[in-house]
Amino acid sequence: MSAPTKLPHWADVVLVPLASVALAFLCSAVLIWAIGEDPWAAVKLMVDGAFGSSYGWGYTLYYATNFIFTGLAVAVAFQARLFNIGGEGQAAMAGLGVALVCLYIPWPHWSLALIGASLGAALFGAAWALIPAYLQAKRGSHIVITTIMFNFIAASVLGYFLVNVLRPQGSMDPASARFPAEIRLPRLHEMLEPFGIPFSTSTPVNIALFLAIGMCFAVWFMLWRTRLGYQIRTFGESEPAAQYAGISPVKITIFTMLISGGLAGLMAVNSVMGEQQRLVMNAVEGAGFIGIAVALMGRNHPFGVFLAAILFGFLYQGGAELALWTGIPRELIVVIQALVILFTGALDNMVRMPLTRLFALRRAR
Amino acid sequence: MDIAVIVQILDSTLRLSTPLLFACLAGLISERAGIFDIGLEGKMLIAAFTAAAIAFVSGNVWIGVAAAIFASVALSLVHGLASITFRGNQLISGVAINFLAAGITVVIAQNWFRQGGRTPSLSGDARMPRLTLPFADALRDVPVIGPLYSGILSGHALLVYVAFLCVPLTWYMLFRTRFGLRLRAVGENPAAVDTSGVSVTTLRYAAVVICGVLCGLAGAYLSTGLSAGFVKDMTAGRGFIALAAMIFAKWRPWPALWAVLLFGLLEAVANRFQNIEILGLTLPVQAMQALPYILTVVILAGFVGKAIPPRAGGQAYVKEH
Repeated sequence: MSAPTKLPHWADVVLVPLASVALAFLCSAVLIWAIGEDPWAAVKLMVDGAFGSSYGWGYTLYYATNFIFTGLAVAVAFQARLFNIGGEGQAAMAGLGVALVCLYIPWPHWSLALIGASLGAALFGAAWALIPAYLQAKRGSHIVITTIMFNFIAASVLGYFLVNVLRPQGSMDPASARFPAEIRLPRLHEMLEPFGIPFSTSTPVNIALFLAIGMCFAVWFMLWRTRLGYQIRTFGESEPAAQYAGISPVKITIFTMLISGGLAGLMAVNSVMGEQQRLVMNAVEGAGFIGIAVALMGRNHPFGVFLAAILFGFLYQGGAELALWTGIPRELIVVIQALVILFTGALDNMVRMPLTRLFALRRAR
Repeated sequence: MDIAVIVQILDSTLRLSTPLLFACLAGLISERAGIFDIGLEGKMLIAAFTAAAIAFVSGNVWIGVAAAIFASVALSLVHGLASITFRGNQLISGVAINFLAAGITVVIAQNWFRQGGRTPSLSGDARMPRLTLPFADALRDVPVIGPLYSGILSGHALLVYVAFLCVPLTWYMLFRTRFGLRLRAVGENPAAVDTSGVSVTTLRYAAVVICGVLCGLAGAYLSTGLSAGFVKDMTAGRGFIALAAMIFAKWRPWPALWAVLLFGLLEAVANRFQNIEILGLTLPVQAMQALPYILTVVILAGFVGKAIPPRAGGQAYVKEH
C-alpha cells in the first residue's frame, strides 16, 4: 500500500488532478441523472451558457477573477502548510476597506481609485488574517479553527457597519451608498472597443481581471524567485528543517498569512468596486471557500490556480444558466465544488494509489 | 425585565442549546479519538433535511429521525473513509462534507418538493411532540418551583431531554468504560493502542459513527422539533458554534454542557432583543451573535486557560511494519 514507487512528475501534476475532477464530475452526473434530468444535456447547456457567447464569457471571466484571488490566497498559505479557511471573512472585511476608500476619499480618476481601493482591500484582508496568524505563530492556536471563527466575526462586524454606519439615511436596505460614478472601473467591453473587438456590454468583467492575472505572476515570482518564497516553501516542506536553516517560523507564518489575506482581500476590488459598486451584505457569496477547491485543483501553483479558476468560473456561469432553463438549482455547483474538494483534497490517496500501481506495473514490464 | 420574560428566555435557551449539545458531544467524541471534525455543520444539515423530508412523506416524525441518523452516518463514513482509510487531510474532508450537504439538500429538496429548496411545513405527527413532565400542571402556580419546573423544564420534545442525558452518558462512556479508555488513548497515542493489539482503525470508525448518530439527532431536532420543516442552510453555523463550544469546554463533557447553555442563552437573548443596554452602553445584536466565536478565539489563544486538543488529533495513523 505504501509502496515507495513515485508517480512521474507529469502524472502528479496533470493526471491526478484530472482524474479527481473526472470523478467529481462523474458523481455529479449521477446526481443529475438521479433527480431525473439528462446529464449530457446539462453539460451542453452549461458549456453553451458559459462559452457560447461573449455574454457567457463575460460572466465566466468575472467569476474566475474572484476565484483567482481567493485561490491564490489559499495556495500561498498551503505552500507554507497553513490552511487558510478564512478567505471568506478576509474578503468580506476587504469589502469594507474598499467601501471606505471609495466613499470617503474624493478620487479624481478611476485609476487612482483603483490603486487606493486595492491597497485598502489588501490591507483590510491582511489585517483580518493577522490575528489568526499571530495566534498560530505565538500561542499555538490552530489556524483553521481561528480563521473559521473569524469568518463569523467578520460577518457580524460587516453587519454592524452596514446597518449602523454605512447605510444611507432613510434606506431600509443594509447596504452602503453607491460609489461615485467617476470611479467606476472600466469594463472589458470598454477596454476592447478601441481594438474594434465587440464584447457584451452587460457583463461585470472589468479591469480587475488583469490585476488578477498580474497577481498570478507576482505570486509565482514571490514563491520561486525571492528569498521569502524560498523560506515559505522550505517551511511548508519541513518546519524543523526551516528552523535549522535559521528561518523563523513566527515570521514566516505571519508573512504568509498577511500575503494570503491580502490576496483574498483583493477579490473585493473585482466584486464590490467592479460589479456591485456599493457594499452589500454577503458580497463574497462563498468565493472565499471556492478558493479552497481552486487551490487544491491547481496544485497550489499560480498557473494551476488560474486554470482551476476558469473552470470554476465556467461552473458558476454554466450553473446559473442551468438553473434558468432546467429544474436543476444553482446549488448543484456547490455539490460539484464539494466533490472536487473531496477528491482532490481528502481522497487524494484513493485516486493516487491505483495510478501509482499502474505506473509501477508499466515500469516492471 | 419581568419574570415571564426571563422564563421565556431560559425556556428557549434549553431548546436552542439542544442541537448544539448533540453536535458538541459528537465532535467531542470524534476528536477525542483523534479525528478532527469540522463537518458537524454538514452532517446536521443533511440530517435536518432528511428528517423533515421523510417525516413529511411518512407522516411519522420518528421514521424521519431514523432516516436522519442514517443520512448523517453516511456522511460520517465518507469522512472516515477519507481520514482513516485513505489518510487524507481531515480538515479538507470536513470542508468538503459541509459543502456537499449544503448543495445536495437544496438540489434534492427542490427536485422533490419544488418549493425553492425547502420541505413543506410539518404538522401533527410529523413534528416532534412536546412532553409535559409529571405534575407540571399541578405545580404551575407554586412560586419559584412553578416557573422553574413547569415553565422552563417541562414542555420540550423528547430529544431535548435525551440531549441532556447524553452528557453523563458521554462522560461515563469516555471515563468509566474500557471502550472510552481506548477511544481516548487512540486520540493521544494510537501507536500504543496498536501495540496492545487493539485496532486503531475500528476504534476510530466507531467514534466517527457515534459522531454521525449524534449529529443526526441534532439535525432531526432542528427541523422537526425546533422548527416545522427544512429550509435552505437552516443550520446557519450551529455546527461551528458546537465546535466552538467543544474547544471552550476543552474537550470535556460536563464543561461542554455549560458552554452550550451559555451559547444557547446568547442566541435566545439575541433572538428576543435587538440591542441591549448595559450600564448606558448599547450592545448591538451583532456583538451577541459574534460573542461565541470571540470567546472561542480568546480561549484558543490561551489567555484564559489553555485549550489543548488531543495529541494525535488530525493525524492519520500509519501502521508500522
